[in-house]
Amino acid sequence: MPDEVRVRITVNGTRHDLRTEPRTLLADLLRNDLALPGTHLGCEQGVCGACTVLVDDVATRSCLVFAAQLDGASVRTVESLAGADGTLHPIQRAFTEEHGLQCGFCTPGMLMGACELLERVPEPRREDVEEALGGNLCRCTGYQNIVRSVCAAGRLMAGQASDGQTSDGQTSDEQSGVRA
Amino acid sequence: MSTVERPAAETRRWVGQSVARKEDPKLLTGRAGFIGDVVLPGMLHGAVLRSPHAHARIVSIDTSEAEALPGVVVVLTGATAAELVDPMPAFCAEPVEQRAIAVDRVRFPGEAVAAVAATDRYIAEDACARIRVEYEVLPALVDPVAAMDPSATRVHETLDSNVVFHRTLDWGDVDADLARAHTIVRSSARWHRMGAHPIETAGAVASWDPFSQSMTMWSNSNFINFLPWAFAGILRVSTNRLRMIPCTVGGSFGSKHLITKVVSITGALSKACGRPVQYLEDRADNVAANDNVGCDRIYDAELALAEDGEMLGLVLRIIDDYGAYFQFAHGQHGNAVAQPVGPYRIGSLRYDVSCVLTNKVQQGFFRGAGADPGNFILERLVDKAALEMGIDRVELRRRNFIRPDQFPYKIPTGNIYDSGDYEAVLDRALEIAGLDRWRAEQERLRAEGRYLGIGLASCQERSGYNASEWWSFYDEPPLPATSTPESCKIDVDAMGGVRATIGCPLWGNSPETVVGQVVAEEFGIDPSAVSVVYADSTIGAISAGPGGSRVTIMLSGATRGAARTVKDKMIRVAASAMEMDPEDVECVDGVFRAKGAPGTSMTMAEVGMKAHLFHDGTDEAESSGLVAVYTYDHPYFTPPSADRSDLGAFYPMVSHACHIPIVEVDPETGEVTLRAYYVVNDCGTVMNPALVEGQVVGGIVQGIGAALMEEYSYGATDGALETPTFREYLLPSMHEVPEIVLEHLETPSPFTTYGVKGVGEGGRLVAPTAIASAVDDALRPLGVWVDELPMTPERVVGMIADAQRRP
Repeated sequence: MPDEVRVRITVNGTRHDLRTEPRTLLADLLRNDLALPGTHLGCEQGVCGACTVLVDDVATRSCLVFAAQLDGASVRTVESLAGADGTLHPIQRAFTEEHGLQCGFCTPGMLMGACELLERVPEPRREDVEEALGGNLCRCTGYQNIVRSVCAAGRLMAGQASDGQTSDGQTSDEQSGVRA
Repeated sequence: MSTVERPAAETRRWVGQSVARKEDPKLLTGRAGFIGDVVLPGMLHGAVLRSPHAHARIVSIDTSEAEALPGVVVVLTGATAAELVDPMPAFCAEPVEQRAIAVDRVRFPGEAVAAVAATDRYIAEDACARIRVEYEVLPALVDPVAAMDPSATRVHETLDSNVVFHRTLDWGDVDADLARAHTIVRSSARWHRMGAHPIETAGAVASWDPFSQSMTMWSNSNFINFLPWAFAGILRVSTNRLRMIPCTVGGSFGSKHLITKVVSITGALSKACGRPVQYLEDRADNVAANDNVGCDRIYDAELALAEDGEMLGLVLRIIDDYGAYFQFAHGQHGNAVAQPVGPYRIGSLRYDVSCVLTNKVQQGFFRGAGADPGNFILERLVDKAALEMGIDRVELRRRNFIRPDQFPYKIPTGNIYDSGDYEAVLDRALEIAGLDRWRAEQERLRAEGRYLGIGLASCQERSGYNASEWWSFYDEPPLPATSTPESCKIDVDAMGGVRATIGCPLWGNSPETVVGQVVAEEFGIDPSAVSVVYADSTIGAISAGPGGSRVTIMLSGATRGAARTVKDKMIRVAASAMEMDPEDVECVDGVFRAKGAPGTSMTMAEVGMKAHLFHDGTDEAESSGLVAVYTYDHPYFTPPSADRSDLGAFYPMVSHACHIPIVEVDPETGEVTLRAYYVVNDCGTVMNPALVEGQVVGGIVQGIGAALMEEYSYGATDGALETPTFREYLLPSMHEVPEIVLEHLETPSPFTTYGVKGVGEGGRLVAPTAIASAVDDALRPLGVWVDELPMTPERVVGMIADAQRRP
């Protein structure tokens, strides 16, 4: 068994003091050691982007980073977005309202990539989304609705900021609502 | 933008609306339960060692060093696995045996030679690296035409030839039509192999209990409620001791129907140690060895036309490279002949197919399933005929379309087309594309030395498959025609809560949403009130699941059947309680009341409580409870005739679309850029416009991949896979996608519940040939004719150079 290294890492606001093998990938640490299955592995070669998480607010492919590199870092995964009461984050709401997902496997990576973008560029244009998420592969949607979702998320978040509101709880009635 | 034109008399409340997707919240929050998320106490992790050679004899395998590695629990070779599990099921009549781990010989690059289970995946991979395999490399069969030579090395000694299946079928008098033709256009076309490549790979978790001789298997297979007995056969478990549990599936596109390799390897590892084992393909496993590869065809085709452009007969001679095994037999051709003549009145067809074995991974099914290259070759022939005969390509199509008054229409092979209005679709597509504006733009750019092209294709999407297509060309099929059923169980509990249990898994489409819409429609309740759960294989919910654009057709039929059965019982219970005749009671907005005179009424909960706990015995035939299972069999299929002169109706719900892509081609670099894309689609009653748009757009983008970039490539001499990762095998990204403008026309199917037809494959069935047509149109001044996909930059530059060299 290779020597273990110490990793003090904050994930979704919780501090962890862990020992792991030097070769453990961040994605595996999140999924296996911290039981956060929302980060998905699509290729483990850094091409598809499904495993994208935020490391110190920067979108990062968790299949290409060793956990040992992240001592002292702060990581956010898709599990950080929605409220424990079932309230979806505005980015998640936008994805469901614009039908920006089908099988959902690439979606956590898209959401976290979008999260980084929207923190930098609050109301992105199509080109901004393509720049930020152009390296994330989706095999289902054809991307059109993902671009729409991210732009809509920007509008939702801007609306909330200007209204001084927190994100609305989405009731089941609203979920079944008919869109025009 | 997606818009639906619908008759004003539409009275449905939920069917046909963009009801929000029930599946989304769990998918958006990382809680969906994919196969990789299944964790059991004491679970081991599998990894597979694969052959680096396309074709080799396994001389010896030394696993001792791997077994000695701490953490390694099991190492299996082909020989030791064969003691635990049986060969994989095959739907072919020919003696082509396939085991999940090769015994003695490997027949394609990436074929499994050993498998390991260890305490974690890292150790399992380490162990694979410590297995010593000595190979005697054999000549690799890469070119299917060379493999057809009688002197070629055989892929399987059990066969006399690498042509594992050949048949010529004539429907109608082809020779007479060729003889009387004014013009015969010919095309040699090449459609290369592409992979489904869902972002989630295939995987399974097996848990073998040696004491009860029972197996529990989680997986992302689709067929857990269709062919559970086939899995039991592989695993050597009695069918009633195998429990297959569905997981949320991260995309399939046809590639996860069986996944027998993964199921077999995982099951064998678990049987070897009596512990739960998880094996997930990594991307390298998936690209090299998952059976997710589509058609690989060489066409020699002829279309015979009368002087006025009437299409008379069609000849398709096909060599199809099936790779090393033949699990689904010639199914991709059984599929293609559901619509070989497209939307046209073509009276005769000769279909000559040679299925050839080579040293490549075997063909499986990929969105389109054989009809994808079929649409490509037909529309190429039609465009070529228009050019050669000097008839406008739109006008030529118009003259030959099956007319609305001719439905149901029987095509030469025997399949039935249910309904359609192809000219209306074409007219609307031309309208929304604004062709005059694009022609003007084309002129303007040509003056600048730029090449803009306008594509056009009018194609069919046969939907609601009947699995008999897998063996329909055999004289003596190993199996009869199948009704390919789908079922739904609905129960209403004592508090009036409605739960639907379905046999089909969540594959990336929207079964929960569809079921919710249908139940809501039938009971007049809100779709959000309906709970939907997925059945494991012990429930008896027979289900062929998603595939062949069937699931919304079949699931809506099954769900409505179950809902109406339960609702009818509730009406009887309510009538009894209200002392009324059941004939006089109706269910409106989830309330049971006297027809037309709402006064006395009962809620769902009141009826539910009564039916569950306070049965009054008024009807001796009825017992307590509110539950119904309804199995919806394929709504319209007829068996083939013995001589195969009529294959019967097997794919009769036929959707239709016209695609008009606008491309610009850079003749220097060969780069093709999509500038715009217009679609008019007719899939009968649109169940949910937002979701249908998602399917069509997603399919089109896969079609853009097929047209421009996706291709499995193999070394010409050694057969090595040259596209083992997503760095070499390119998938479309956001950068390749134009804004897609989509409209729907609706000609409901007369055969299905609510008139729905399938739509899951349509985008990919039409886009490749439409984009080929656009590239042709762009490069017409340079004399280019596209007859090979994908049109990679290298190929486009090559086509231009070839055209320039021609005198």
